[in-house]
Amino acid sequence: MNLRRLTLSQKRAFLGVAFIMPWLLGFVFLFATPLVQSLHFSFSELKVAPGGYSLDFIGLKNFTDALSVDPNYNRILTESLTEMAWNVPMILFFSLFTAAMLNSKFRGRPLARAVFFLPVILASGAVAAAQSSGLIQLTGSSEVAQELGLAQNGFDPLSLVFMLSDAGMPVWFIDYIIDAVLRIYEIISSSGVQILIFLAALQSVPVTMYEVAKMEGATPYETFWKITFPMVSPLILTNIIYTIIDSFTESQLTRTIYTTAFQSQNFGLSAAMSWIYTIVISVILIVVGILVSRKVFYYN
Amino acid sequence: MKGSLMENEIVVLRMMKAKNKSIELLWSIFRYILIIGISFVIIYPLLQQISVAIKDKADIYNPTIYMIPVHFTTENIRLAMSVLNYWPLLKNTLLFVCSTTVLQAVSCALAGYGFARFTFPGRNILFTLVILTILIPSSTLMVPMYLHFRNFDVLGMVNLFTGKEGINMLNTYWPSLITAALANGLKSGLYIYIFRQFFRGMPAEIEEAALIDGAGGFRTFFTIMMPNAIPPLITVTLFAFVWQYNDTFYSSLFMSQSNLMAIKIASLPADANQYLPGILGVGAGSNVKVDPNLVSMIVDTGILLAIAPLVVMYLFVQRFFVESVERTGVVG
Repeated sequence: MNLRRLTLSQKRAFLGVAFIMPWLLGFVFLFATPLVQSLHFSFSELKVAPGGYSLDFIGLKNFTDALSVDPNYNRILTESLTEMAWNVPMILFFSLFTAAMLNSKFRGRPLARAVFFLPVILASGAVAAAQSSGLIQLTGSSEVAQELGLAQNGFDPLSLVFMLSDAGMPVWFIDYIIDAVLRIYEIISSSGVQILIFLAALQSVPVTMYEVAKMEGATPYETFWKITFPMVSPLILTNIIYTIIDSFTESQLTRTIYTTAFQSQNFGLSAAMSWIYTIVISVILIVVGILVSRKVFYYN
Repeated sequence: MKGSLMENEIVVLRMMKAKNKSIELLWSIFRYILIIGISFVIIYPLLQQISVAIKDKADIYNPTIYMIPVHFTTENIRLAMSVLNYWPLLKNTLLFVCSTTVLQAVSCALAGYGFARFTFPGRNILFTLVILTILIPSSTLMVPMYLHFRNFDVLGMVNLFTGKEGINMLNTYWPSLITAALANGLKSGLYIYIFRQFFRGMPAEIEEAALIDGAGGFRTFFTIMMPNAIPPLITVTLFAFVWQYNDTFYSSLFMSQSNLMAIKIASLPADANQYLPGILGVGAGSNVKVDPNLVSMIVDTGILLAIAPLVVMYLFVQRFFVESVERTGVVG
């Protein structure tokens, strides 16, 4: 094939493929192949032999084992999912609020921003894990560690509970608020990237809109709900998805899948567990995507 | 009559102005309280660790001490360094993390540019697959990847030429380097997405001018597009560096015995319990134990030492970082 005979657009197409070639190779060999293999494993019993492995097809046994035989899997799955459902609104609310606050002008804003993005750096992976395991290792039991943590916390939420219930709030809502207050560090530390995304969105709202609103006499409250909120709403979907994905990496479920594979050496069961997890997550993402994108306002 | 009406209006206007001003003042006070409070929550653990790191053993059981110790010492830092074997460990980790970061930034920039600026059949489907790589939990790919790198063999070529089984790459840096170079490493999909969004926003005239002046596709990319893509490059580099530095999942999967910060720090509490008696010279053996509070101090100091490089780096780049994220157009 003579390269000179090709039209310009054909040449461009080849060049484009050349640019994505590293990714494409990686995708085929390091993503698609393992994905298919993992699906294959989940229907088989895998035995590691020297220099390779053998597979015996056993149908859906791994899946039924994961759901009905394994003593912990069901519990951990539901726990992870409820925790996710519990955390996502908190993180979203907090990060939107913080981004709006960091977007307004005040003295010392660069410093405040620098501090607020510190959790992006610090609160991930190894360091956070070592911090929590440090206490447990030390005292030998997680209960004592928890007690120590509570003792250090030193904040009594009871007065807040009474105050809120006097104000006539429903009980579940009070629970939610108290939980948010007690776990404020966790929430702050897991919303770094979300704040960044919202802040970038806020910066892209045209200033002219705010000027018009001000001239028409809108209060800041109205301005927030009528302009800011609709304009950043597409990013709410992005942030929900990001938060859900982010909760995979550190969850107990991932650890369970890991130990099933590498400590119990039950690779097939582990693959089945992760596939159930993947399917549940995809269903949630699709449902959330459809529900939220209906409400979202697209400017363009 | 008219005069008093005017006066009334002036008074009303003044009142409104005063009201506006006081509301503004209240709001800004409220905002400062919130910002300072949240900043405190974020910085507090860091301050606490610093305070522990410089605290002398003599102050452990002194209940009157809050944050600032009475006796200062650098002994904790010295002990934690010797438990961690700090400098060789840091050198090793930085070498590894920097190389994966560079590889990942280059490969993701190439892919992002390819997706943003060229039309070829199947482009949209392929980009959907990029998004898919972000969405699938990495635990799904864990076992096949592990087996794949335990017996690394591209299309059976090693077997064909040498007749041996594949190469065992576990506990070397190759698995991470290969995945990073092929843009399928840790969170690569996200980086490709960031680069694509940025390159899409650049004017097409630049490339047309380059083409007319006779620059080929790759030359255009390296001499014109990349120097203009500093904002996403900073964002991606920082994210890639930090996440790789902190990553325990892939590093414990592929390199559970390697000398990496993330792995060492995860086993630090156990290591400290084991090695401290020997280092302190109180004797070895399983029944000799150091005061658990001292061990905790050493562990805290070790964690501080582990995050110190990240904090120092962040102090330097944070200015560019926040700006560049805003200009990257993650928003798209």
